[in-house]
Amino acid sequence: MSDTIITSAPKTGASKNNVSMSDQSKGRRSLWRAGVVLIIAACCYEAVARSGYFAPALMPKLSLVAQTFVAMLLDGTMIEHSVFTLYRVMFGFLLAVLVGLPLGILMARFAAVEGFFLPLVSALMPIPSFALVPLFMLWFGIGNLTTILIVFYAATFPMMFNTWSGVRSVNPLWLRAAGAMGADENALFWKVIIPGASPFIITGLRQAFLRAWIAVVGAEMIAASDWGLGWVIFDAKEFLNTDVMLAALVVIGGIGFVFEKMVFGSLEKATIQRWGMSRVAKG
Amino acid sequence: MVPIAIDNVTLEYDTPAGKVTGVKDVSFDIGASEFICIVGPSGCGKSTLLNVIAGFLPPAAGEIRIDGKAVKGHGMDRGVVFQDFAQLFPWRTALGNVSFGLEMKGIPKAERDKIAREQLRLVKLEKFVDSFPHHLSGGMQQRVAIARALAYNPSVLLMDEPFAALDAMTRDDMQLLLADVWRATRKTVIYVTHNVAEAVYLADRVIVMSAHPGTVQADIRIDLPRPRDPLSLEFVDCQKQLMRHLGHKVSGNGAGH
Repeated sequence: MSDTIITSAPKTGASKNNVSMSDQSKGRRSLWRAGVVLIIAACCYEAVARSGYFAPALMPKLSLVAQTFVAMLLDGTMIEHSVFTLYRVMFGFLLAVLVGLPLGILMARFAAVEGFFLPLVSALMPIPSFALVPLFMLWFGIGNLTTILIVFYAATFPMMFNTWSGVRSVNPLWLRAAGAMGADENALFWKVIIPGASPFIITGLRQAFLRAWIAVVGAEMIAASDWGLGWVIFDAKEFLNTDVMLAALVVIGGIGFVFEKMVFGSLEKATIQRWGMSRVAKG
Repeated sequence: MVPIAIDNVTLEYDTPAGKVTGVKDVSFDIGASEFICIVGPSGCGKSTLLNVIAGFLPPAAGEIRIDGKAVKGHGMDRGVVFQDFAQLFPWRTALGNVSFGLEMKGIPKAERDKIAREQLRLVKLEKFVDSFPHHLSGGMQQRVAIARALAYNPSVLLMDEPFAALDAMTRDDMQLLLADVWRATRKTVIYVTHNVAEAVYLADRVIVMSAHPGTVQADIRIDLPRPRDPLSLEFVDCQKQLMRHLGHKVSGNGAGH
């Protein structure tokens, strides 16, 4: 454990040619660091669990959690729960993208659309999606429809807002240059505005998914029946199955990590990082 | 017919204090394959005038005719190079940037790539066809911008202080390269600069503008043989002559180096 803390990152005075290499080794190093931090956290948990502060039924040892996790994987229930949750989150997320992306673009291009939607976004975006779950349950009942709509609500606004900022941030010089080279409205839109706004659009996708993922687990806790990772946790509480709760949490964290790092991380690497545009989105 | 006629062009800005005249009654003609430099102090409207010629701004009065046709909006008979390196599309490689105009013309990909490669060879960037702009130095990015503006074969190249943001050494190299490119392509070039030495090095004719409002103050032919030697006596004489024209309006010893 001790050797990990000592390793300090050497100053990389990288020239342009070996940027990708140092990026790679940097990525590997941060992966190592993440692994070690997780192990430390697990050790701390295990120490508290073994101390007897909580009853073993309330705070199971990691070996038991691992056992339950494997058992639920093998009998297929964990996979089925995950599939349900993924279905709901992807459905709601894609719907949010289909609505938020075009609306964000329209807002940026037409003052009237902006004038209508901007106050709406500002008013609705700060409402936590979880606060709407009881209301949506009364309107749409328990099940997929409510959870998908909650996800949709959570993900649409960040998508819209970021797309709007992205299109507005497109460098006017690009539009001038493209216009001088004979680009018509259609070409300007697809070949300049969309790629020019991409740093913000990708940030929007990322934020929208993060919010969607938080929303789906919350919504499933009270508005889903029988299936879903959120439901598993809430249901397990009734029977004091803390090992099941923790196993489901591991899956929730794992899937979230895969999307954040692998899906959106590689999307970023293939586009805005490759184009040297990632600084723009953060600024 | 005169290839390019700038005919009594006046341009006004809307400011909170009312209309301000940026350029007033500017007229001059430009011959085919002529290299024109427009020189003047900042605020004389030289960049504005270039934007009017490019078609980005409509004149308040007067008109610009290219081959007899009045300029209305931008068109593919003109290529534009700006000062800002950010003019390139960061999401396209050097090749992708250069082929943009050809793509807009509807030229098939294979031919597009071939032409774009030729243009990049012309600006000595054949090794960097697949590089993205952020991997290129400022001088290289401006060379890509020149290749991009030339690729769809406009008859006129408009350049707005393209080398002003470069360091002095790179700028010298770029001037040399531009002179070569101009000799090879024989485009008509309208080049805006505040750098007198640059104007003398590049131009067939220098239009000197004065400020508030921007008017043509002198139209000077540079008859030095090419390639020009910036250290020769004649070169320095030309510079002095231009400086004197600028000095009437500018305090101190004038613009330039």
